[in-house]
Amino acid sequence: MAKVTIDGRTIEVPDGTTILQAARMIGPEVAPPTMCYYSKLKTSGGYCRTCLVEVTKGSEKDPRPMPKLVASCRTNVMDGMEVGNVTSPKVTEARKGVVEFLLLNHPLDCPICDQAGECHLQDLSYEHGSSKTRTDFERRTFEKIDIGEKIQLHMTRCILCYRCVKVANQITDGRVHGVINRGDHSEISTYVQQAVDNDFSGNVIDVCPVGALTDKTFRFKSRVWFTKPVNAHRNCEKCSGKVNLWYKGEEVLRVTGRKDQWGEVEEFICNTCRFDKKNTSDWTVEGPTAVNRHSVISANHYEVFKQPTEFKLNVVKPLSIEEGEQA
Amino acid sequence: MGKKILLAHDHVPGIQTYEVYRKHGGYNSVEKAIKTMSPEAVVEEVKKSGLRGRGGAGFPTGMKWSFLAKPEGVPRYIVCNADESEPGTFKDRYLMSRIPHILVEGMITSSFALGVNTSYIYIRGEYFYIVNILEKAIEEAYANGWLGKNILGSGYNLDLFVHVGAGAYICGEETALLESLEGKRGNPRIKPPFPAIAGLYGCPTVVNNVETLAAVPFIVNEGGDEYAKVGIGKSAGTKLISASGHINKPGVYEIEMGITVEDFIYSEEYCGGISNGKKLKAVVAGGSSVPILPADKILNLANGEKRLMSYESLADGGFGGGTMLGSGGFIAMDEDTSIVENLFTFARFYHHESCGQCSPCREGTAWMEKILHKMIDGHATLSDIDLLWEIQAKIEGNTICPLGDAAAWPVASAIRHFRSEFEEYVKNPKAINKVTRMAV
Repeated sequence: MAKVTIDGRTIEVPDGTTILQAARMIGPEVAPPTMCYYSKLKTSGGYCRTCLVEVTKGSEKDPRPMPKLVASCRTNVMDGMEVGNVTSPKVTEARKGVVEFLLLNHPLDCPICDQAGECHLQDLSYEHGSSKTRTDFERRTFEKIDIGEKIQLHMTRCILCYRCVKVANQITDGRVHGVINRGDHSEISTYVQQAVDNDFSGNVIDVCPVGALTDKTFRFKSRVWFTKPVNAHRNCEKCSGKVNLWYKGEEVLRVTGRKDQWGEVEEFICNTCRFDKKNTSDWTVEGPTAVNRHSVISANHYEVFKQPTEFKLNVVKPLSIEEGEQA
Repeated sequence: MGKKILLAHDHVPGIQTYEVYRKHGGYNSVEKAIKTMSPEAVVEEVKKSGLRGRGGAGFPTGMKWSFLAKPEGVPRYIVCNADESEPGTFKDRYLMSRIPHILVEGMITSSFALGVNTSYIYIRGEYFYIVNILEKAIEEAYANGWLGKNILGSGYNLDLFVHVGAGAYICGEETALLESLEGKRGNPRIKPPFPAIAGLYGCPTVVNNVETLAAVPFIVNEGGDEYAKVGIGKSAGTKLISASGHINKPGVYEIEMGITVEDFIYSEEYCGGISNGKKLKAVVAGGSSVPILPADKILNLANGEKRLMSYESLADGGFGGGTMLGSGGFIAMDEDTSIVENLFTFARFYHHESCGQCSPCREGTAWMEKILHKMIDGHATLSDIDLLWEIQAKIEGNTICPLGDAAAWPVASAIRHFRSEFEEYVKNPKAINKVTRMAV
């Protein structure tokens, strides 16, 4: 076991836990944001650099601080380690830089992007970015590519997190797409436009943090915050069959894996469940999905409308100058 | 004349061939190591020699070797990093094309020291003609019993292969090199684990520069102490310097560490002064990645003493006032050189060579190039200089591998030391048209 302190909060975790996992165990207030790390995918993480943290004390044995910021998703905790995340000015500064880099070539086409509302890059830039852009150069653009019948790749929006590559490597029985070219010319591609056709290929849509890989059966059907997610399951031979159905009225607009509070699917689902079972009769509905993190989605649903408490003018009164000085 | 270790027999006609090389004491170190020494004793000599990695980082080689994990039943590898692609550095090319056997010999001795039975030379694709030279040398070594099964009747086996890269700068980073050697896309791995624990094919691996491995024969033959006597302080031995730019005698020089920078630039033995009688303006002392220094700072330390060609002296003054020995790519620039245009050349290089894995380097290198391009086109504003400064600060230290740092340092140092020139350039771009740009 190792004792680690993150932003002044201490937790004891098993050896071999990463700083990020330890931070997530403490709670969302200290958990660094992630764009490329995915706990269900091996060797993911380390690329986007949004989860950089400052290690101010290496360990009990060797208390020297680490010279550089480290990627918390790929750095294991040591006993006695002290980590600064949001309390470290170095980290917030570096993270702001990373957000700026990620947005440098990302089209701000959120109004027409299916991912809007459940986009991790939106959350990230809202929470950690700057409100202004400092670039006036043309953004890189790509043609949209259909990879298979049901998935569309819009490379222009991609932030090269490599998650879809890892899904194809680890979940499907053969990867036919990957990263080609180098530097900022890198792109996810099948090289020779080949269909990504595989029972589990649809999971690339769920893991994509932005709107680069979208479900063609759902494209432009609705904004996500107008749809209501419910938990449902069916007996499936290929996968667990545990999914979210996204309803608009009586209609199931799309089927996705169930996501946890970090935006990661709990279990990967097969393409049959995802693309072919779009009737309520295909499913056993368990009940509404609790959505807490992506508040945009939960905004209009399931919450009992609270009576606004009566606003009392007298309660809030501005401090007088004397009171201010006393404080 | 300074002491020569690597290029001692450079002038001998036919030194490329096995017979001549052998006649001049070649392969003696293999004989000595295998017949009279234990592998541990060889490692001990290398430790004593104080030899440091010649690829740029200057990490003590003996210590690197001692980190190598040695689990039972798992093969170990030595990989020679001959992917020399740093702009301004061409020493390995010279050494391998002139004296290929010194590398082969160094690799055999080193492999014996670390109990390695398979070794690789990873060479950059553009050096295709050297591949032939090396393969011929390896063939000769096999034919004479220095490689293969049961070397010198000792029961020690070693196979040596040359692997040709496809010419990516990033494959000079050791983990990207290993990925490429395994046949994958040359992306740097995330460390830890370090190659000494899990390198090539997941097995413990040592990656050393050509020049480092080529120094091993001397250390084994003469003893580590003898090697440590050459040079100055912790900068033991000799270093190959690739001198280029506006100097009278560009080329590869073997220097004994500790000579002054002034001597190196102006003495007839080495660079022979600045060409056309011009004045020295700035020097990039260790290949394009290291900070550029203006003439007064490269020649003298802050305390008025002369700066020496050694790891410590070049780094004196930290990042604000010093630089690095790096891989020894010594680029001198005369008074007519435009620092801005030269920086653009470097920025374009790093943009082109970024692997694209991590966001700061992928996006930042491209952004810096675009801003510098804008500057050269005469459309930049003064605030762009500050923006450049901030971008490099956001890249440095935040990337997976050192390429991000390598892209950020030249920008940082150029703005730090030549800010007025940037401002001048931005204010009046048309006035600057006589300048020359370094070719990379």
